[in-house]
Amino acid sequence: MERTVLEEKSIAINKVKTRKERHFSIPFEKMKSMAWTLVRSVLIIGLSFVILYPIILKVSIAFKHKSDLYDPNVMYIPRHFTLENFKYVMESMNYFKVVWNSFLLSGSTMLLTTISCALVGYGFARFKFRGSNILFALVILTILVPPQTIMVPTYLQYRNFDVFGIIGLFNGGEGIKLLGTFWPFIISSATAMGLKAGLFIFIFRQFFKGVPREIEEAALVDGAGVFKIFFRIMLPNAIPAIITVMLFSFVWQWNDTYFTTMFLESASVISSQVQIAGATLASKLSAASGSGQIDPFYLSMLVNTSVLLAITPLIILYLFVQRHFVESVERTGIVG
Amino acid sequence: MLPKLKKLSLEERKGLWGWAFISPWLIGFILLFAVPLLQSLRYSFSKLTLSPTGIHLEYLGFANYEEALTKNVAFNKTLIEVVVNMVVNVPLIVIFSLFIATILNQKFRGRMVARAIFFLPVILASGVIASIESGDFLQSAMMGAGGEEEQAGTGLRSFELQKLLLEAGLNEFIVNYLTGAVNRIYEIVSASGVQIIIFLAGLQSISPQLYEVAKIEGATSYESFWKITLPMISPLILTNVIYSVIDSFTDNKMTTLLRSTAFGKTFDYGLSGAMAWIYFLVISVILLISTFFISKKVFYQ
Repeated sequence: MERTVLEEKSIAINKVKTRKERHFSIPFEKMKSMAWTLVRSVLIIGLSFVILYPIILKVSIAFKHKSDLYDPNVMYIPRHFTLENFKYVMESMNYFKVVWNSFLLSGSTMLLTTISCALVGYGFARFKFRGSNILFALVILTILVPPQTIMVPTYLQYRNFDVFGIIGLFNGGEGIKLLGTFWPFIISSATAMGLKAGLFIFIFRQFFKGVPREIEEAALVDGAGVFKIFFRIMLPNAIPAIITVMLFSFVWQWNDTYFTTMFLESASVISSQVQIAGATLASKLSAASGSGQIDPFYLSMLVNTSVLLAITPLIILYLFVQRHFVESVERTGIVG
Repeated sequence: MLPKLKKLSLEERKGLWGWAFISPWLIGFILLFAVPLLQSLRYSFSKLTLSPTGIHLEYLGFANYEEALTKNVAFNKTLIEVVVNMVVNVPLIVIFSLFIATILNQKFRGRMVARAIFFLPVILASGVIASIESGDFLQSAMMGAGGEEEQAGTGLRSFELQKLLLEAGLNEFIVNYLTGAVNRIYEIVSASGVQIIIFLAGLQSISPQLYEVAKIEGATSYESFWKITLPMISPLILTNVIYSVIDSFTDNKMTTLLRSTAFGKTFDYGLSGAMAWIYFLVISVILLISTFFISKKVFYQ
């Protein structure tokens, strides 16, 4: 550790200052910093509360018994602690199957998106070829165009999927209907066109640009091929970027309702299932009650439970990767 | 490798590898982006009917655009609402996230926990959960019943704040904007997760020596924020403005309107396409203007 003269000086000054402060009554500077600490803690705690309050409220609602809803003494802590709501909602949502589907979908798109975006990002970061700048500008364009603009043609395309009429040649002029399967997601993420993939390409490109060229050159001199350099040297160095992209793509796919309701016909993944949870539960309740009457508070309680169930896997995942994630983002190339 | 390739120079070979690496994207771009984009432009000028035999197009000229702008009941209203929301929210989100990032960058006890909580909206606030949240019945009832007096209290406080600021001689528009922001704090907090991360990453990359020098020269931390932090982080302000604009696409009323026009009762693909293009044009104009103005102020090292 080398200290510059300036640093030494400032440390010395600070030492003198602290000594002085200890001896005399609290000076203005110290009061100011204490006030700031106070304001800061109030702000952080308050805003954390704003963020956490809906989740806490959901947990509190989900564990309540139906009778607690009408008990004026019960506010946040349930008197009749019960798991009934969970059971009911899990049954009517077909929870485990739906969550499994979501895991399959988000997991596979996550892997494919990460691989394809890493390849493309590397291609843009390290190879100069004619038109590479224009092509990268087109990557940015894919981020900027709202997905709604190309909604209809995309839908029609998957309804009758064909690559320049090649599939049609074997199939009697007809493409394949890919709606209702996971294929639209797999195709789009494998070709780096999935959910917000442009952003991921951007992240990878910035990151790979930051890796020193000397490492690559050394490997090249040692006789490694381009693919070997990429897989053995660049990828292990890009772990922070990889984790960031994986988390984002998983979470965004998990929460996405726009594409899942468009491409999947029935509500077979958790996001679309939660979206219609209100209707499903309402019809089930009205069928059960016989008279067609539904208690709106009870229904709302169940919907709350369903949302809680939908985000639980994400929160568990977040708890595991959180520390890693926070650190990795700081070292990711987003900053450029 | 083919003998022909051996004759290429290193530069040319590298170029070919470059094409190889971006080829997945190129295929996807042409198939899943360029073609649909052109198609949607074509659809927007025509009447599209789906039949079992295939797609039938009938050229209409600008009729769809005319209908969207002059005849359709919902479109103008939705467009204005969405754009106004965006224009109001984006500056708030960017300023708020810069502020929070600055705080989270300081040293204090429990910083890791605070960061973890502030990044939570990245995971929770997108998509369905947010939309269900806003329309939830029991939750709002509970919040209401839980603190009827409390609510009256906050209403009063916000009101008093408004009065205070007005009497201090501030412009009425600004006052309304600020108090509105206070009332929509949850919305803003939950929309600024990614932006906080980006700013935080930027703050970490500012060399601490700059602050040290400033401190020795006698600058207060307030001064060093305006003179060091802000210029150093200004490129990221642009990034975040663009990100916030893009982020507002994912879940808004426009999406619902476009989808209900295309897949609802009428199956009017042409009209939906025209609406989408108008929307896209409006947004690109906004983005261009804001990029132009911000990049004038941006400080590059």
